[in-house]
Formats: sequence, structure tokens, C-alpha cells
Amino acid sequence: MASLGNSAASTPQAQAIYRRRRRGNGILLTLSLAATVFGLIWLALILIGLLWQGFSGLSLVVFTETTPPPGATGGLINAIYGSIVMTVIGVAIGTPIGICAGTYMAEYGRHNQLTNVVRFINDILLAAPSIVIGLFVYEVVVAPMGHFSAMAGSLALAILVIPVVVRTTEDMLNLVPNTMREATAALGLPRSVMIQKVAYRAAMSGIVTGVLLAIARVMGETAPLLFTALNNQFWSTNLNAPMASLPVTIFQFALSPYPEWQKLAWTGALLITLTVLALNIVARAFLSPRTSK
Amino acid sequence: MADAVMAGVQGAEIGNQKLGRLARMRMADRTFHGITFAAAVAVLLLLGGVIFSLVWGSVPAFSTFGLGFLTTQRWNPVTEIFGALAPIYGTVVTSIIALLIAVPVGIGIAIFLTELCPPWLKRPIGVCIELLAGIPSIIYGIWGLFVFAPFFQATVQPFLIWVFGPIPILSDIFAGPPYGIGVLTAGIILAIMVLPFITSITRDVFDTVPPVLKEATYGLGCTTGEVVTKVVLPYSRVGVIGGIMLGLGRALGETMAVTFVIGNTHKISASILAPGTTISASIANEFTEATGELYTSSLIALGLILFVITFFVLAGARLLLARMNVKAGN
Repeated sequence: MASLGNSAASTPQAQAIYRRRRRGNGILLTLSLAATVFGLIWLALILIGLLWQGFSGLSLVVFTETTPPPGATGGLINAIYGSIVMTVIGVAIGTPIGICAGTYMAEYGRHNQLTNVVRFINDILLAAPSIVIGLFVYEVVVAPMGHFSAMAGSLALAILVIPVVVRTTEDMLNLVPNTMREATAALGLPRSVMIQKVAYRAAMSGIVTGVLLAIARVMGETAPLLFTALNNQFWSTNLNAPMASLPVTIFQFALSPYPEWQKLAWTGALLITLTVLALNIVARAFLSPRTSK
Repeated sequence: MADAVMAGVQGAEIGNQKLGRLARMRMADRTFHGITFAAAVAVLLLLGGVIFSLVWGSVPAFSTFGLGFLTTQRWNPVTEIFGALAPIYGTVVTSIIALLIAVPVGIGIAIFLTELCPPWLKRPIGVCIELLAGIPSIIYGIWGLFVFAPFFQATVQPFLIWVFGPIPILSDIFAGPPYGIGVLTAGIILAIMVLPFITSITRDVFDTVPPVLKEATYGLGCTTGEVVTKVVLPYSRVGVIGGIMLGLGRALGETMAVTFVIGNTHKISASILAPGTTISASIANEFTEATGELYTSSLIALGLILFVITFFVLAGARLLLARMNVKAGN
């Protein structure tokens, strides 16, 4: 953006070149601004559409009644309950495994080959299509058991939690200064105590952020639940039976021809989005005071 | 470390109690090491398990149809003849459309964020783009189906048909009645979904360009545009390609958003306005209703194909990004 042509703008030829360069610059920068506006417009359009459609259906009934049969009114309580239960179990299973694996990579095997391989594989799992994880759990759990179950859904979610937690745990532990580890070792404390009492505490906010982001991710996952937990029209707390969840209910209701169902789908979509966005914002706030650049 | 402590302790003749405590610590140390090691190996086994179960599940399909499975377009559950060509075609075409839109826009946003944006605006815009990445895919689906598709059907699609109608080749690509849903709609929704991934990686990669290089270029009297095209982009090319491939990996495997708006027809049409299907959409739609071993197995085989494709795309992306990191000295 420097002012061009102060010194060399003597000949008409040179001036023409400067004008061309300036125009090129202007076009590129305008395009990049336009791209930014374009990207943000989508976010705005989606949020506005969601609020518009979702709020009109929001009422107390949504939180007190179960999903209705076609043509009747009802709520989403069984789906909300199912989503929460399966997310909690999934996170409860996936988080310890993820934190332990991340700990190994950052503390014990920081420079060995195994860590490199695990990191590579983990990055692939992180972005792998979640529907494939659903197929995997179907084959390993649902098919041998012979029926769909909430437990299978939770396992599928746990598999999605692991890579997110591994990634953040490793990254955050790597940020812990080595002098802290050395100081602990100089006190004669074994490595495991050092990790649990010093490294984890130093990296705590980052690890919590990772878990929150993992929750946000699995809350909205639909594909891996479609053929693991399936869906349930009724109130069910049985982990060994099919269980409703918000995303699968939204999927089923939105594609139905019944207006009441479509309305509930929008309301469910609003609930999920608000939850996920809130989790994202909380996670970022958690991280920002200490490690943000 | 414990050994050194032990030696010191023994020299000082401290009682059995303390020795016992040290032994316990040592035990705990080993156990903890073992547990974390097992967890790291579990991540590897997980991937191995996924691949194995998909291969195992798709054996009936491949033994019945052979490699013809990949080249057959027919998908008939009644006569039990299945071919993966239509879903593969749909997956590839929707992903290409998504990248054609998302790559220029994503790079544009990254240029804006790294070179143009006033510092106070950087963080809010960055957060907004990341929020876009956090929205669950089913939300894109329901929004695409009820808000975007009707709008698209009423305005953009008739316009495209009208504009490209008289031009040879293009009239076939944009042929059609305007259904609203279809391959192009799915591609656009996918573009919105992968945009944040491409943007944030491109931005991070742009940030690794040494300021000295940029300052030197400005010092020569170059415009911002010239700095971007002649220095930043060439320097970070490998990383940008890595980011694009990461976005491609997402687009290939995305399920719910596409399932809503693609129309789910096992047919390959020349027109991108026509409904089609993708691998993930076929699985999502048909798996729970699939009856018979061959039908289920064919869908799992589709999953295997998808997994193999995305595995190579994502692996390529990671290798390129790793090369970029080495260059940046991290």
C-alpha cells in the first residue's frame, strides 16, 4: 500500500506501469475483501435462518414431552436426554484414553518413531469421515449383539472424542516448559508424579479446552449414530436399547412430510447449534488468558 | 531418576519404610508409563480395527461383483445388483464443485486476514470463521434443504439454465428442470462447510512466511498485491496445497449436509442440476433399511472405498503440511 511513483514517475511509460500495478493491487485486495464478506455472509444467513425458524417453535413443551407421532404435537425431551447421555458416556470413555495417549506422546516418547506414527494416524482419524466410524461400530458391536443400542452410539462418539483429545493434550503438554520438569526431577520425584502433579496442572486449561471442543464436536454428530443408537420414538433410559438423539431426530423429522415434525426439527437444530456454539466460545475463553498468542 | 534417588537414600541409611515408599513410587511410575503407552498403541489399533472391519464386511460384495463393483452404475436392491460408480462419481463431482468455490474464497479471506485486516478486527473475523467450522453438519443440511434449495430453485438455477442453454457442452452441464436440490446445491453447501478449514490452515501457513522476506519486498517498492502473489504464495505453496487437500478430505467424507440436498438417486447425469448421490449419502440413507447380506455388504464396501480415498487425501495433506513445518523451522 506504499505510495508508489514518487521518485520514478517521470516518463509516461513508467507511469503506465505504475497505474497497472496499482490497479492489479486494487483488484486483488478488493477480491480478498469480497471473499471475506462472502464467507461471513453465509455464517450470518445460516444463523438468521436458524433463529427465525427455530425460535417460533421453542416452548416449554419441547422440554417436557416426548417426540410426537405424525400429526400430533409434542416435544423433544427423549432426544435431548439421549443426546446428553450418549455424549456424556462417549466423552467419559474417550477422554481418559485420549489424555493418556497424548501424555505418552508428549512426555515419554516425544522424539521416538511410535509417537510420529501415532500422531500421523491420529490426524487422519481426526478428519476421517464419521460415517465410517458408524459402520465400524455397527460391525463390531451392533451386528454381534443383534440389535441397535445406546451403548453402541456412545462407543461411536467415544471414538470421535479420542483424536480431538489426543491432539490437544499433546500440543498443550508440549507447551509446558522443560525447566518445570527438570525442577521436579531434581526434587527426586518420579516421572509419573511429575506428569500428574506438575505437567497436567500447567496444561490444565488447554486440556479442558480440548475436552470441551470434543464435546462440541460429538454433540452435533449424526452420521455415526444412525446405525448404532438408531432412534426411539419413546422415552427410554435403557442403554441396551435404541435411544433417540437430537441430531438423528432432526434428520428424521426434517425429511418427513409433516409440518409439525419439520417445526420440531428446526427447534432441535436451534438447540444444538446454540449449545455447540456456546461450548466453542467457552472453550476459547478458557484458553485465551494464558496461551493465546 | 528414581535410581539416583535410591543410591543417595541407601548411602544415608534411611529406614525400610522410606525404601518401601520408593518401591511403590517406582511401581506407580511403571504402571503409569504402561497405561499411557497402551493408550497410544490403542489409537493405532483403532485405525487398524476400522480398516479390518471394513475390509471384512465388504468381502461378500467384492467376491460377488469383483472389481466390476467399482465400474457398475446399476444399484438395484430388488435384483441385488450393486455398483458403486454413481456414488463415487457424485462424491468426486460434489467435492470438485466445493473446492472450486471454497479455494479462491478461502485464500482470499486468508490474504485479507494476514495482509489487509486491521489488527483489532483480526480476532473477531478469525473467531467467526472458526464458528462456521463448529456448526454441526446437520444444521447445514436442514438449512440447505429448507432455506437455500428453494431460493436456489427459484432464482439461480433458472438463470443458469437460461444463460448456458444456448451454449453447446455447457447446456448439457446445466440442463434441466430446476429441482432445487441436486449435485450443484450439494457442492455449494459443501463449499461453505470446508471454507473454514481451508481458510484457517491457509492463514496459519501465510503466517509462517518470514516477515523479513515481506519487508524486503515492500522495501523494493512492491504493492501488497505483489507481495502476496510473488512472495507469500510461492513461499507457502506447499502448505496451501496441504490445506486444500485437508478441505478435500472433509468434503469427500461429509455426510449429513449432502444427504439432505443431493436427492439420493443412483444415477449419473451429465447435468449438475440433476439429483445424484454420494458414497456417504447412500450409506446414511440406506444402511438401516438394507436387508440381506449382499446389500449391507455393498454399503460397507462403499464405506471402505470412501475410507481409502480419504485416507490417501488426508495422508497427502499431512505430509505436505509437515514439509511446510520443517521449512518454517518448527
